[in-house]
Amino acid sequence: MNFLELSPLAVLLPIFGAGAAFLARRRLRTQRLITIGILCLTMVLEVGMVAAVWGGESYAIHIGGWDAPFGIALMVDGFSAFMLLISTVVSLAVLLYATSQGLADGDEPGPVSVFHPAYLILLAGVSNAFLAADLFNLYVGFEILLTASYVLLTLGGTAERIRAGTTYVVVSVVSSVIFLMAIAMIYAATGTVNMADLAVKLPELEQGPQLILHVLLLIAFGIKAAVFPLSLWLPDSYPTAPAPVTAVFAGLLTKVGVYAIVRTETLLFPGGTVNAALLVVATLTMVIGILGALAQTDFKRMLSFTLTSHIGYLIFGVAVGGPLAIAATIYYVGHHIIVQTSLFMVAGLIERRAGSANVTKLGSLAKLSPALTILFFIPAINLGGIPPFSGFLGKFGLLHAAAADADALTWAVIGAGLLTSLLTLLAIIRVWARMFWRRAADAEVPSAQLVAESTRVLEQTAVGGAQAPYLGRKLARELEAESLPWGMRYATGSLVVAGIALTVFAGPIFAFCQRVAAELIAREPFINAVLPFS
Amino acid sequence: MSVNITFLVITGVLLAAGFYLVLERTLTRVLLGIMLLGNGVNLLILTTGGRRGVAPLFDSNRDPSEYSDPLPQALILTAIVITFAVTAFLLAMIYRSWALTSADIVADDTEDIKVSQSTAYDEEEDSPVAEDTTEFVDEEGRPIREGEE
Repeated sequence: MNFLELSPLAVLLPIFGAGAAFLARRRLRTQRLITIGILCLTMVLEVGMVAAVWGGESYAIHIGGWDAPFGIALMVDGFSAFMLLISTVVSLAVLLYATSQGLADGDEPGPVSVFHPAYLILLAGVSNAFLAADLFNLYVGFEILLTASYVLLTLGGTAERIRAGTTYVVVSVVSSVIFLMAIAMIYAATGTVNMADLAVKLPELEQGPQLILHVLLLIAFGIKAAVFPLSLWLPDSYPTAPAPVTAVFAGLLTKVGVYAIVRTETLLFPGGTVNAALLVVATLTMVIGILGALAQTDFKRMLSFTLTSHIGYLIFGVAVGGPLAIAATIYYVGHHIIVQTSLFMVAGLIERRAGSANVTKLGSLAKLSPALTILFFIPAINLGGIPPFSGFLGKFGLLHAAAADADALTWAVIGAGLLTSLLTLLAIIRVWARMFWRRAADAEVPSAQLVAESTRVLEQTAVGGAQAPYLGRKLARELEAESLPWGMRYATGSLVVAGIALTVFAGPIFAFCQRVAAELIAREPFINAVLPFS
Repeated sequence: MSVNITFLVITGVLLAAGFYLVLERTLTRVLLGIMLLGNGVNLLILTTGGRRGVAPLFDSNRDPSEYSDPLPQALILTAIVITFAVTAFLLAMIYRSWALTSADIVADDTEDIKVSQSTAYDEEEDSPVAEDTTEFVDEEGRPIREGEE
């Protein structure tokens, strides 16, 4: 038996885990153990899956023994296995972070205990979307993850979250309706919803209907992936959610949309008919997103804007097409998931440490919170694309692929990409200079807590003697440990390390991405795996 | 494939009305809009099934072409369940919103308004920097500048 026959467990384990966690809703300890255990198991399974497809194999599972195109097929190839593994690693880190936060705050039994089941269902939906080789199954995956995300986003039901939640729910529902319309029309035009079958049948359609179906799908996925002009819901709804929820949303949800776009563009509509439009959209996404980020004073909102801005790079990679660009896109997706999630986790830590994530209120954090400073600095410059980090490698790959065979429009987009990178750095440095570098007393709206603490640390240092700097640092570390539980710091730290690992092992990982990209562009591996008799 | 024009017209009307209502600010109207959208799309899926036929329960005496297409019906069933769940959730959310603010509309984002009203001038970055940047001080703590004693 092939090991990959077990891959449906990537969806089943979290679903059953969610059921078990819900049953244990009165026993928080059991609930935590179940959720963490299930995620660890899923991760082990997915490590095995990635190892099994590392050489570039594809394997399709026909659920219930019904052969495609009649039954539901799941597809495990390099792309889906890679996305599955990264998403589980990220969600495990966020789960540990959330658990540690809950332990520190002593979360009471009550409405909050839906967090764990909803979280597992979210992950099941994400896994289902990655594995789907069937458009309708993809839709179901999207709906599972969206429904879970509605619950997580409005956790606690405060006025602010309900306001943000309504926008989010309505926008998501509209995108689902558009996706469903596209599925209906595709079924009407071709008589199938199986993606391998569609890959054969869609190119046989006339240009007109093909373009309509193509654009409908792209609009539906574009809303989910937060591509400009369909991205404005994101910075509005994400920042109000609890920190772990925002972190996992920022990492996973938009990337599921990007994943669907990559699949659509490579498998279903390989001609590249809308590439010019995608290039324009990518430019607008990058530039407008980052300009939005520069205007923000709230760190979480700023991060949300950089999130939408950097989706532009991914769309750019898809629009350029070609093996190198797709490989760089896949690598960049991995980088972006990890880095954005770690930054949102850091934002949660800052909020906890200083009582606010608004840059106008903060200062002195470099002195007051040494661990937090390191945890912020590494992913931040990684996001800004400073060599040698993965952000630089990904962007370099994208721009290199684009410049190889560039017309005037592509050169313009390359320029926009470089500008965006520079502006990201500016946004990050501004946050750095204000939150960490300046004195707390110099803030526009000084926070009494930070000013008092920095005075205490400075007094320790001012005592004089060889021990003075050491005493100051010791006090800072003690203050930090008081407000930030070690679990939260280590969970964030592990994801920061994962980001560094993506840099250190960039060689083998990028070679893997190239094999995956070659497979995606060739299309035959997917079609032959799902439809063995055609 | 034969197409039922009546169904398509009804689908169009439902979707148009649905999208119109979703653009409203009142949450109850948005909810009605979402329900119309759901029904409109379900009808659209139904029309893709083609002509009508007998229920697709296997019977060896029947010619396969007599059956109606079962797939769209399965898709609709799934879509109905999903729309149902989302509608229930939205209703709960609308109730919560009403309980919190006694209003049935989507409120403005306060942070958004703050950002849009802020000026381009930034105290931290744009204020003039004092010329005096010397690090050297004399015995009484007064800065020593170049060219002075």
